Amino acid sequence: MSKFTKRISNGIIAENPTFVLMLGMCPTLATTTSAINGLSMGLSTTVVLILSNMVISLLRNIIPDKVRIPAFIVIVASFVTMVQLLIKGFLPALDSALGLYIPLIVVNCIILGRAESCASKCGIFESAGDGIGMGLGFTAALTAIGLVREILGAGSAFNFKFIPETFNISIFVLAPGAFFVLGCLQAVLNYFRISKPAVNADGEPIACGGNCAACVGGVCASNQKKIDDVKAEEAAKAAAEKAAKAKAAAEAKAAKAAAEAKKSE
Amino acid sequence: MNKKLNVSASPHVRSKDSTSSIMRDVVIAMVPTTIVGIANAFMNFGSGVGINSILVILITMAAAIGAEYVYEMITKKPITICDWSAAVTGLILALNMPHTIAPWIPALGAVFAIVIVKMLYGGLGQNFMNPALAGRCFLLISFAGPMTGFIPADSALAAVTGATPLADMKANGVAAMLEHYSMMDMVTGMIPGTIGETSVIALLLGAAYLLYKKVIDWKIPVTYIATVALFSLIFAPAGSDRLMYMLAMVFGGGLIFGAFFMATDYVTSPITPKGQIVFGICLGLLTGIFRIFGGSAEGVSYAIIFCNLLVPLIEKFTMPVPFGLGKEKK
Repeated sequence: MSKFTKRISNGIIAENPTFVLMLGMCPTLATTTSAINGLSMGLSTTVVLILSNMVISLLRNIIPDKVRIPAFIVIVASFVTMVQLLIKGFLPALDSALGLYIPLIVVNCIILGRAESCASKCGIFESAGDGIGMGLGFTAALTAIGLVREILGAGSAFNFKFIPETFNISIFVLAPGAFFVLGCLQAVLNYFRISKPAVNADGEPIACGGNCAACVGGVCASNQKKIDDVKAEEAAKAAAEKAAKAKAAAEAKAAKAAAEAKKSE
Repeated sequence: MNKKLNVSASPHVRSKDSTSSIMRDVVIAMVPTTIVGIANAFMNFGSGVGINSILVILITMAAAIGAEYVYEMITKKPITICDWSAAVTGLILALNMPHTIAPWIPALGAVFAIVIVKMLYGGLGQNFMNPALAGRCFLLISFAGPMTGFIPADSALAAVTGATPLADMKANGVAAMLEHYSMMDMVTGMIPGTIGETSVIALLLGAAYLLYKKVIDWKIPVTYIATVALFSLIFAPAGSDRLMYMLAMVFGGGLIFGAFFMATDYVTSPITPKGQIVFGICLGLLTGIFRIFGGSAEGVSYAIIFCNLLVPLIEKFTMPVPFGLGKEKK
């Protein structure tokens, strides 16, 4: 996989900004009252993210380190203003639905975070891929949250109504519903993403979820050490195997070369 | 011989009380108000509404117990439905419903209360707010219409007032309200309201049983009700009969039910004696503010779940000093 496609899949799945990195929570919670709103918020952010990532990547060698944050903000703000004016001009309904959250993309931590961790270090294609991946991951998450909230709270999906008014649980369109849906979707994704349950050194499941590094209990500390030891042992073994393989391969190559050399003689 | 010299570390628990016996007592204490609530529906709103309120109670309790069972089965936890706590949650939630509500709405609330508020936080003893009330507020926000339609549209009362005594009083003043409902109606419970909150006599009967069995303590309910009474005496609208206003505030809504059966929930109320008094006063102030200065006529549910969140803070500041340590030097 090239760096470009790797960045894209990384943004959508492995480091999904909403469900894995937990970034950009403010627009996530506030704008996902319906699937359409979530989708358009996600797409607006994506556009800004791709363009700002590319420009920051181009300018990364001439921006002095000390003033990089203001410089990033200026670049991001210019793109956000463009997007905002375009939405105001061509999609006034969307502008009134998203309101303040479009200008607030300027301080969206996904965009600044990507500028810091990727665009200011990588080349333009990799940064563009990162912007596309992160943006699509954000869009997918926002659309999913918006869809669930819209179905439960308003009985419709993408404005297509199919559940009668009586059965609409309107709390899901309101602020508390955003938290419920985000939490539940996150739980479901974690269930599939974290496939192995946390175990102690003897292979028994442990209740704390295996977050041993953050724990202060003595049992956990010793358990963490044991797990680390096992891991280190495995890693050493793997490294040794790799080295042995490499050595064998090198030897074979040398032998082959020698044989060929002999032949040519 | 050795068995008689039982040496063990403290605490030395001597009580025969258990979660299930306490929860069973709470259910027993709610029986009178349940019966009066159903009778109220049959007598004042007709048999259709009466049967509906019985259905609401049964379905809500079944939903609460079922939700706990299914959740524990899915997550492979020990099944705890036999400790009666899910039944209590279901019953309290059902008694907080209007007689006329469609039974699937409280059933949904029961599932929310058990799964989201109680089980996701770790089950009984870990929930940070009263599950039944959180379920009720969830429904109040989601289904505002059905949740506040206390009187069937075709009954005679609907033409006159269309609301509970408190809503009537808020809209039309004390004097107008007293023309529709007498103080006696409020004490016996023959007024519109949720199934379980109307009858003061039946509620006090249940509360007396709980106090006698030492399941609840007097501090929270008494300070709560006293604070609301004092608050409404002081802030009664100018020109109205202050005493009647105060009595209606205490008897006309969900205050008695909330004070004795919901504010005293062990998990979500302070355990320190001083803290319980502070908790009661906070509840009273908030209820008074919500009822008199807020948009809605009722405020007990929101006051209780809000104060539930203050409990850790209250406990922190009212922790008693252990004997022998003396006061902290400043």
